Amino acid sequence: MRPNRSVGIVGWGAYVPKYRITSKELARAWGKDWKKYAARILVEEKSVPGIDEDTFTIAYEAAKNAIRRARVDPSEIKAVFVGTESKPYAVKPTATMLAEALMIGGEERLTLGADFEFACKAGSEAMQAVIGLVGSRMIDYGLAVGADTAQGAPGDALEYTASAGGAAFVIGTEDKSVARIVGTCSYVTDTPDFWRRQLAKYPSHTSGFTGKPAYFTHIINASKKLMEEMGTSPKDYDYVVFHQPNGKFPLKVAKMLGFTEEQVKPGLITPFIGNTYSASSMIGLAAVLDIAKPGETILVTSFGSGAGSDSFHIEVSDRIEEVRNCVPRVIDFIKKKVYVDYAIYSRNRRMIIMPAGIGDY
Amino acid sequence: MKSLQKPTIAGVGFTKITAHWKQSLKDLASEAAVKALNDAGNPEINAIIVGNMLSGIINGQENLGSLVAESIGLSGVSSVKIEAACASGSAAVMWACLSVLSDLFDSVLVVGVEKMTDVTDNEDVTSALATAADYDYEVFFGATFPSLNAMIMRSYAKTYNLSPEDFGYLPILMHKNAVDVSHAQLRFPIDMDGYLNSPMVSDPLKLFDCAPIGDGAAALVITKKDGAKNSDHLVEIAGFGSATDTLATYRREDLSRLRAAELATTRALSMAGLESKDFDIVQIHDAFSVIGYLNLEALGIVERGKAHEFVASGDAERSGALPVNPEGGLKARGHPVGATGVYQIAELALQLSDRAGPSQIENPNVGVAMNVGGTGSNVFVHILRRVE
Amino acid sequence: MWAYRLNIPSHWRLLSERYRLAGGYCENCGHKMFPKQKICPKCGSEKIKPVELPRRGKVITYTIVQTPPRGFEYYTPYILAIIELEDGTRVFGQLTDIEPSEIQEGMEVEMTIRKVRVSGESGAIAYAYKFRPLE
Repeated sequence: MRPNRSVGIVGWGAYVPKYRITSKELARAWGKDWKKYAARILVEEKSVPGIDEDTFTIAYEAAKNAIRRARVDPSEIKAVFVGTESKPYAVKPTATMLAEALMIGGEERLTLGADFEFACKAGSEAMQAVIGLVGSRMIDYGLAVGADTAQGAPGDALEYTASAGGAAFVIGTEDKSVARIVGTCSYVTDTPDFWRRQLAKYPSHTSGFTGKPAYFTHIINASKKLMEEMGTSPKDYDYVVFHQPNGKFPLKVAKMLGFTEEQVKPGLITPFIGNTYSASSMIGLAAVLDIAKPGETILVTSFGSGAGSDSFHIEVSDRIEEVRNCVPRVIDFIKKKVYVDYAIYSRNRRMIIMPAGIGDY
Repeated sequence: MKSLQKPTIAGVGFTKITAHWKQSLKDLASEAAVKALNDAGNPEINAIIVGNMLSGIINGQENLGSLVAESIGLSGVSSVKIEAACASGSAAVMWACLSVLSDLFDSVLVVGVEKMTDVTDNEDVTSALATAADYDYEVFFGATFPSLNAMIMRSYAKTYNLSPEDFGYLPILMHKNAVDVSHAQLRFPIDMDGYLNSPMVSDPLKLFDCAPIGDGAAALVITKKDGAKNSDHLVEIAGFGSATDTLATYRREDLSRLRAAELATTRALSMAGLESKDFDIVQIHDAFSVIGYLNLEALGIVERGKAHEFVASGDAERSGALPVNPEGGLKARGHPVGATGVYQIAELALQLSDRAGPSQIENPNVGVAMNVGGTGSNVFVHILRRVE
Repeated sequence: MWAYRLNIPSHWRLLSERYRLAGGYCENCGHKMFPKQKICPKCGSEKIKPVELPRRGKVITYTIVQTPPRGFEYYTPYILAIIELEDGTRVFGQLTDIEPSEIQEGMEVEMTIRKVRVSGESGAIAYAYKFRPLE
């Protein structure tokens, strides 16, 4: 799919909370052999939100960084979409709170706003929607955010990776962009690999079934279709970013598609901060933009359970040099860390059943 | 003002301060009121002013004017509640003085009352007391009343280089004074070790820096000298003054002084035609040790930053050069918040008519009471003088 | 006891302050204030304009709350501080992302938005400014 007029990323931003818990500590809480887990998934530690952080506060920081990089007045942004699977409210959009906090749409409040859900690809969904709005000349700038404080069920395999983080992209016309989004493709099927019922605190997943029928099938199909439309092949890309539920899957799917490890590594951030769910591939893309040079090309393919993949062909422009270092980069967030133990982790994540009468928490 | 006759205190009455499980707000108020009325020779009362802060939020009861009047068989009399946070008591006294000075009322009954222990969880009492602070800009963020005073304590300690021990002298003296005071809440001595090891309430403020929670009521009959029925223990209110400062602590110009306290003192001294050196006995508002110190400085008794030296030297003891809180102050006598201002003035009145009992200071002539609402946002000063 | 329940209309009215640190600027004498008042506390003028205050400042004084009011038990102990922003305006709020042992008077901080109150499982969430250390 290509938009009617050329669009691109005008500014990008990320945010990762500073707290970390190691796989070793998680294994200790449940009496497991941490080496066995860490080696299987290549994730040594994951990010933990602070006791007063949630998807909105994370989205706010990422969006603030993106808007600063974009050097655009928030009043000119006319759409804000937040993709997440950990909405603070099941009904009440995070997007409106973000708009109010950042004055998106200006004093007149004239902006589109909504929250998107598509498991881990909700953020890239949001990007697709903004591309459509800008590409059709309905708006000139839109903000797409992917952010999560993922719910890792205690003692479950996914507890080792479910983490917290956010990334935001201001998308606008090509002349204002630092990286052009040339074309996109989406591939969607009804595949029940991982889900969360409305009132359930933690998601359910189907273990092995989440591999080939879900992650691999959708990423491979979407990526292949995109390259076919663009007339490209893996060697034409300088970087490839995949959705990264752990450190191993992206390397495996890269190999299956014909990409090299060198192309994947710069955008592979899960080993350091865990799987940030809706922000996963988006923080990966942000990390690549932090270092990509003018003229380089990037392939991004997200994956969301349920299931689907969005694939993007992105070309970096000269303008990227102007804005590279004006806000914290992904590596800055990765480096800024403080370790917590399982007790503080479970308190921050509200996994403890409190006595009746403690109302606010 | 000089040409008008000063208001006088014709009668005094108060309850013990403690957790009065068997007595309601109404019971306490009426007990103190009846004592005061008897002490004054039962004059005809033209108006009642009730000083109270928390009746609505803790007891679910406002309209105390009507409640208190009815409780002492005086339905029909003009009666209202006045509120100025922890200075509600002295605010009530000031307004009684104003009514009497206006010549529209001859005898006014002041009742300060607070029934705090009907709310049993500490978190709830803390929330109730926080209504003295700025809701939108302090309390919303989790500020408690002790936390705001803790910041003043930290700031004051930093400005004048005080150590933790320097704050202990005041609570230690207060407890020492309260031992033989029958109406006091905490009648046991404490020492510096106990003070320093008391649990942290809000760093750096410790438990022993804080006045306790308790119930109590104190009452006064205020009248003109000529109109007094029982004139053998009259005490004159020579002057009074009050002033406000910003509601929120963060909006203060200087965290190490109480501007409203200084202004109120100037106004009271001016009305009384006196100077700080004329004080023979002082009632300060030691809800928190640091506030007690700031009171002494605002009253002009000591230089700024030197209050701890004054107290440590022994000059503030009952036998010292200028006795401070001979009954134990807020820390040991107690602090039923809306009633405290009336307790302070009632105690001074007893002292200045030689009726204070074991805590009697020798022959005091002039006494001053400072009552602080909020963290210094509303301060009232009353100067009392012996009537010869 | 209702005093500590989240007042939703009030919180909504104050969102420009709580999300964006909106203050006031006296056109007559130049005094800046938080919050915006009707009358300038310095010169008495009514000519007060809204202005967004700087997001960075330093810690003037602080305390660590050990005895919380109702509603803040889950977060205890937490840190309260008076912050002086870059333009001299003072605000009051919580410090976050910091351990009590790390606080120093004069340290530089910057504003962010965090959860202040969460009214149980089904009530509203109040977000507002908090200050975190500036690296």
